[in-house]
Amino acid sequence: MTDQEILAGLGEIVEEIAGVPADEVTLSKSFVEDLDIDSLSMVEIAVAAQDKFGVEIPDDQLKDLTTVQDVVSFVAKNAEGSA
Amino acid sequence: MTSPAQVRSFSPYPPAGGARVLSFGGYQPANVLTNDDLAAMVDTSDEWIRSRVGIVSRRVAGPDESVTDMAVVAGGKALAASGLSPADIDLVIVATCSTEGSLPNVSAVVAHRLGIVAPGAYDVNAACAGFCYALATASDSIRAGSARHVLVIGAEKMTAWIDFTDRSTCIIFADGAGAAVVAPVADGEPPGIGPVVWGSAGDLGDKITIAGRNAFLWQEGQTVFRWATTAMYPIAARACERAGVEVSDLSVFVPHQANLRIIESIARKLGVPRERLADDIVHAGNTSSASIPLALSRMAERGDLKPGSAALLLGFGAGLCYAAQVITVP
Repeated sequence: MTDQEILAGLGEIVEEIAGVPADEVTLSKSFVEDLDIDSLSMVEIAVAAQDKFGVEIPDDQLKDLTTVQDVVSFVAKNAEGSA
Repeated sequence: MTSPAQVRSFSPYPPAGGARVLSFGGYQPANVLTNDDLAAMVDTSDEWIRSRVGIVSRRVAGPDESVTDMAVVAGGKALAASGLSPADIDLVIVATCSTEGSLPNVSAVVAHRLGIVAPGAYDVNAACAGFCYALATASDSIRAGSARHVLVIGAEKMTAWIDFTDRSTCIIFADGAGAAVVAPVADGEPPGIGPVVWGSAGDLGDKITIAGRNAFLWQEGQTVFRWATTAMYPIAARACERAGVEVSDLSVFVPHQANLRIIESIARKLGVPRERLADDIVHAGNTSSASIPLALSRMAERGDLKPGSAALLLGFGAGLCYAAQVITVP
């Protein structure tokens, strides 16, 4: 899974859960500041990401993932680790 | 003091083929607490509360209004609507987790105040799942022949345990009571209360707590949100399977009114259309074990329940405890 594939998948998830157009979900964006996504939606995004990518994002890690880049990197790193 | 006349001579009934709900009753305190009221107390806003938990207003009991007081009103309404008399009731079960003291239990006092003489009486604490637990044990008691007619009540004064400087909890919880009268089905009739699917996740027990008599309710919101939105819809689906009912055949889904976003997520994953989801939380808040019977009683009053149809109930909360069953709407 490349970073581009993860980003594309994450964009679909964010669009479905938070109604933010997928093309606005770019690496430098902050979920809270730029995309107006709250903590409960972040949980829903984490759950959907687990279904899509097979990578669990626990709550205690989730709070540190503030940007789109953070989530993409977390998924990429942990998907590699478990492969 | 118990007079000899108040001792029931117990004789078991013949086991029944099943139990059904005859009627509902509900009670909400008069005091309305709006989001704007809360915004004057803590750093929050109407928009923030609506978007996070879906609540517009909730009711708060007065300082002299107890769990028992609210249970009496809701129970009395359910009893009146059932067409039965107090003498017909031989078991009273109250689900609650917010009493002011632990003794006496609520159920015996409620029974006494309703003129129900010497029934079996016990309280159930399964937190927000309490009503579904109580309904299941009421049904089982009737099936076993240890009771004939049961008054089941969920009653809570959650605000007695809320820190009104904690904006994460004070916007959610509220007070109220709901009740149901449960009776045996006629011979040969199918059960009107389906098999319960229940359980608990004690490994997450520290995620929702009232840790002591001087403590406030505390919860780890994100963890509970994740659990409720991922672990509960399969429980609800299993309750439908066990009752032999398709999700598409449900006239209404009445989950514990925890948080609108949680219950909308569960309904979506279960495949229940939004218009069949009970959303009483919008004007009642989260009343823990009272929320399911309160929602049902308010829908019944509005004529929004279809008699004879299947309704799915799902309770979940601290423990973490959960229970679900399908009932036939009275």
